[in-house]
Amino acid sequence: MVSQQIVNGLMLGSIYMLVAVAFTLAIGVLNFLNFSIPGLFMVGGMAAYGGVKLGLHWSLAFAGALALAALISLAVERLAYRPMQGGDPEAPLVSSLGFLVLLENLMLIRYGSDQQAFPPLLADMNLRIGDLVIGMAQLASLALSIALVVWLSWFLSATNSGRRIRTVAESGETAVLLGVNMSSLAPRLFVGSAMLAATAGILFAVNYQQVSPFMGEGVGFKGVAAMIVGGMGSIWGAVLGGLLIGMIEVLSISVIGANVVNITVYGLLLLILILRPQGLIGRPPSREKL
Amino acid sequence: MSGYLTGVLVTLSFNIIAAYAVYLPIAAGQLNLGIAGFMAIGAYAAAFLTNEMSWPIWAAVLVSAGLAGSVGLMIGLPVLRTHGIYLAMATFALGQVISAVFLNLEVVGGAAGYPVAAYAPPNIVFAAAAGVVGFMLLLSTTRFALYLTAVKSDPTVADLLGVSVRGIQAAAFTLGAMVAGFGGALYAHHYSFIEAQHFNVMLSVFPVLYVLFGGTQTVLGPLVGALFFTLAPEWLRASAEWRYALFALFIILFMAARPQGLVTMSLFRLFGRRKPQVTT
Repeated sequence: MVSQQIVNGLMLGSIYMLVAVAFTLAIGVLNFLNFSIPGLFMVGGMAAYGGVKLGLHWSLAFAGALALAALISLAVERLAYRPMQGGDPEAPLVSSLGFLVLLENLMLIRYGSDQQAFPPLLADMNLRIGDLVIGMAQLASLALSIALVVWLSWFLSATNSGRRIRTVAESGETAVLLGVNMSSLAPRLFVGSAMLAATAGILFAVNYQQVSPFMGEGVGFKGVAAMIVGGMGSIWGAVLGGLLIGMIEVLSISVIGANVVNITVYGLLLLILILRPQGLIGRPPSREKL
Repeated sequence: MSGYLTGVLVTLSFNIIAAYAVYLPIAAGQLNLGIAGFMAIGAYAAAFLTNEMSWPIWAAVLVSAGLAGSVGLMIGLPVLRTHGIYLAMATFALGQVISAVFLNLEVVGGAAGYPVAAYAPPNIVFAAAAGVVGFMLLLSTTRFALYLTAVKSDPTVADLLGVSVRGIQAAAFTLGAMVAGFGGALYAHHYSFIEAQHFNVMLSVFPVLYVLFGGTQTVLGPLVGALFFTLAPEWLRASAEWRYALFALFIILFMAARPQGLVTMSLFRLFGRRKPQVTT
């Protein structure tokens, strides 16, 4: 069933897409490879699970998870991004990875290391088109992801804040000279990218009905791959990359087997990096010397 | 020596070797996030040589280190066309692809793992780690170390001054891959069992943490970082389930206070020999 696999691939891809956009906001604008994003993805899923388990209505649980991720991301900005300005470009990597380890272990202490079953929200409503089975939850997530990305793209191109963000992405120094207030812009970007990551985590939990403290690692790293395949710093590149990676993953599992996923996905990433480092629809890097 | 202490020291030795494998490229300004892939090459090649070809351990380890180095050179040349974050991601992808290839290689057990018959006792491991540290200290006194610093600090100026930037970067990358392969080969023979799942992202990323935490400015940084990352969780063992959380929190706060790492040049100046004051 190739068409069923394509539907599944699109679904997985839409989650990678949100994570890739979250990464792209951090790296394209602030030049910060934020490894806490897989952690925030996990917090989205796990905190939503925790809220639902406490008996909260799902909307409250989701809002709580998003708020928690936003708060954590503010701490990441404060402790991992801000002190590192002007230092080694690799240094923030350590502390953002520190956050990933910290978040995973806090969730581990609270909920244990096993996979937890996430309760289904929409009682098995499936759309059947011929042989094709599409879950309503899948459809809703896909629509939500696409709406979010379209909105974000409009926001960046048409609003004042969006223009500021694009200026910073072009050149941080020039932006500061032109009067962009970096110390208020950076936290907002962190909150925005945390919300995207946590939304992806919640969607993952709803669709695959399972959460675990380590759910962020695999998805997070594929999100990075998706971002680069599409083109770093480009929203639509992240969309294309996310869908492509999701599709390749699902198709290579069904055609060849689960053990080759890393070869096909990361092989594609490696190939893209060697042949076309700017990604499929990214602009060539202008800032780098040599 | 008690079994526990030996175990910790063996882990420490492997971590030190891994840290120096990451340190070499970083000293030339390249972040290698795929070190686990080169460890896997070393581990599987050495295990194959002793298991199927009945080579002695020392020869297998050396040849496998060389093999990991040559794979590093071959793949490094195209990969090193990229810079900065692109390079880091390329090495990351490379590490993932290499361990996934071993996962599918039935000749060395595939997903079931690969038992290794020959055994390298702890003393050999200690000696190997000491050897790597000694080699690095030696290397740090040569012109090569100066070239590395020059390429890292300002590639354009280094290029203008006649340093072959591509050559130095490729050399640092290859040497790093060799050290990683060496560590992997020993790992296979000490623990007598390897599986592809062991050589995952976190195995690549943690040595990078040791190096950045210890500091990249001096050759002692990786040693101090590996010491700290291996021993601190052991001390925190008393607070069993909280130890990694506490440890991570400490790292975050530490890096916020001291982004350049623990051991820096200025630290040496502070405690080192003072230059005699010129008085008139």
